[in-house]
Amino acid sequence: MMAELLTTTALPIMLVGAMVGIASSAVGTFLVLRGNSMLSDAISHSIVFGIVIVWLLTKQQSGPVQLIGAALTGLLTVLLTEALASTKRVKQDTAIGLVFPALFSIGVLLLNIYANDVHIDTHTVLLGEIGFVWLDTLDIFGLPIPQALVSMSVMTVLNYAFIGLFYKELKLATFDPALAKTFGFMPSILFYVLLMLTSSTAVAAFDAVGAVLFIAFAIVPASAAYLLTDRLWMMFIIGALISIASSISGYYLAVFLNVSIGGMMAVMTGVFLMLAFLAGPRYGVITQLVKRQRARQAPVEPPPSV
Amino acid sequence: MVWLELLSDYTFQNVVIGASLLGLISGPLGCFAVLRRQSLLGDAISHAALPGICLSFIITGSRDIGGIIMGSLITGSAAALIMLVLTRLSRLKTDAALGACLSIFFAVGIVLLTYIQSTNNASQGGLEAFLFGQAAATLRSDLWVMGSITLVTLVLLAVFWKQAKLVTFDAEYARTLGMPITVIEASLTAMVALAVVVGLQMVGVILMAAMIVAPAAAARQWSRHLGGMLTIAAGVGIVSGVSGATISTLSRGLATGPLIVLTATVIVLISLALAPGRGLLWGVIKHYRQKSALQKQQLLYALYKHSADPSCAPSTLGSRRMLNKLKQQGYLSRSPRGTTPGDDGWGLTAQGQAEARRVVAAFEELAS
Repeated sequence: MMAELLTTTALPIMLVGAMVGIASSAVGTFLVLRGNSMLSDAISHSIVFGIVIVWLLTKQQSGPVQLIGAALTGLLTVLLTEALASTKRVKQDTAIGLVFPALFSIGVLLLNIYANDVHIDTHTVLLGEIGFVWLDTLDIFGLPIPQALVSMSVMTVLNYAFIGLFYKELKLATFDPALAKTFGFMPSILFYVLLMLTSSTAVAAFDAVGAVLFIAFAIVPASAAYLLTDRLWMMFIIGALISIASSISGYYLAVFLNVSIGGMMAVMTGVFLMLAFLAGPRYGVITQLVKRQRARQAPVEPPPSV
Repeated sequence: MVWLELLSDYTFQNVVIGASLLGLISGPLGCFAVLRRQSLLGDAISHAALPGICLSFIITGSRDIGGIIMGSLITGSAAALIMLVLTRLSRLKTDAALGACLSIFFAVGIVLLTYIQSTNNASQGGLEAFLFGQAAATLRSDLWVMGSITLVTLVLLAVFWKQAKLVTFDAEYARTLGMPITVIEASLTAMVALAVVVGLQMVGVILMAAMIVAPAAAARQWSRHLGGMLTIAAGVGIVSGVSGATISTLSRGLATGPLIVLTATVIVLISLALAPGRGLLWGVIKHYRQKSALQKQQLLYALYKHSADPSCAPSTLGSRRMLNKLKQQGYLSRSPRGTTPGDDGWGLTAQGQAEARRVVAAFEELAS
């Protein structure tokens, strides 16, 4: 009985977890490299506002309308932040810290007001219900596929399609925005599209992991990858691998301890970040210590005579 | 009558006192965070308080405020410390380290929260109130603890005022004076953790970031002095705290945290628009005044200097509105249309002549 339940639910849950990680770390990689990681924090909070507004207007809780609504909300967040910062009255970080709590607050209050009508409550907003993704399925080729898996796969494809199409442009815009601009690549437009994709990914991941844990999936695998490699394409692969590993290990630990599955998966991404931080082959703290120790013990070569 | 009843209500008194304490501590400490460009550090520290709250509950088995404060202080400071270590010892930038600490600590908190729920402890209800805040659940005994923390923090701030100020504005100079700037910076960060702790009950871990940032951002618009800014920030914090908490208590069902945050946001917007000197509205008004003054001078100059040149006819130089305005002020007169092409009849009055001479003289003095 137990084994049967596990086989029918474990795989979809782990797949959804891995897909959330793969899709979000793809966009997260660019956020980490550009130094805009906290925008994922801002976006993931303020899409609560977008979700509630779209729900009030269309009564749809998921699907393409919500994804587009989220993209627009994310854009709104960033534009409001930039508008505030451009007045020169507040700094960029203060502007972020003003905009997203305000939008999030409106979202939560609207949820409070329409609590009886809407499915999502403040609890789901924060935690998501990855444990129940297999309850909501779509029939595809006669197979019951969890809806969350479908939407996450769509976002993964969209994210990687964008990155694949504009790989060269994104790379240049990330590492040398000035040069990208002189080439006419319009780095700011690329960046806005990237943020809209981030928002849509956040909404697709919302049912599964909630608002706050999404930040972990977007930022942490990408950060860990950043500590392990100097190649951009390698960062995507490492980010995806860490996401998959976190999803599997997090699932079994959560079942074993009887705790939140999404939470445990996010904690596991943190464990991998710590591993990369400590034992990374080139930038790891331990590696650096060993290198320094070796350098100290190595016989001192006499300076070359002139 | 309703208000009198409300004021004598025990719960309401608690709520008002608690909200005032929150404003009193988060406003001044937020000023330092905002000025040191660490606005989002408060966000990370407050999210990181969640595992501390849960740990203290697991250890003590109750919702005891003392334990919860200790727990959230420890995990909040730990998060700030790990963030610092990550940025110092690896090539991660501050933003990535902040985001990672924030989300991982919060995830640990969620795991612990669900662990507590799965053990089915009867007194675990109320823990989730720390996510969004529940002002009405504030007890009198909580207030004593919150009050003591606020008092101690403010006294510390007053004692080390000079040091804190110097480190905030010119850390390098402070270092050359031999001040232990790492210690002072760490203390200022730890104090933010204290402010977060006081606000947990009121606004909850998620929105506490806004209570650090918003009062300080509003106060910055009104004052150019650190002391004034701190005082105003405390005032803004108290006003938004008390009004948000009051609305929440009266409405029953609306979360306290979002209401307090929205009130603070409205105050920020008003400050941005109206603050004397820095207000955006004044800037817009000033811009239009200068624009119209310049247009007037250009018109008078052209009429005085080039009145014979048809290509400089007033109607081609300025808007009809400006011409009419000058006519009303007595600088211009309009005679019936002349015979030469381009002459549309506008001319300077005696008063206009005098004013135009003044403009021309000022302009030529500027040019020479």
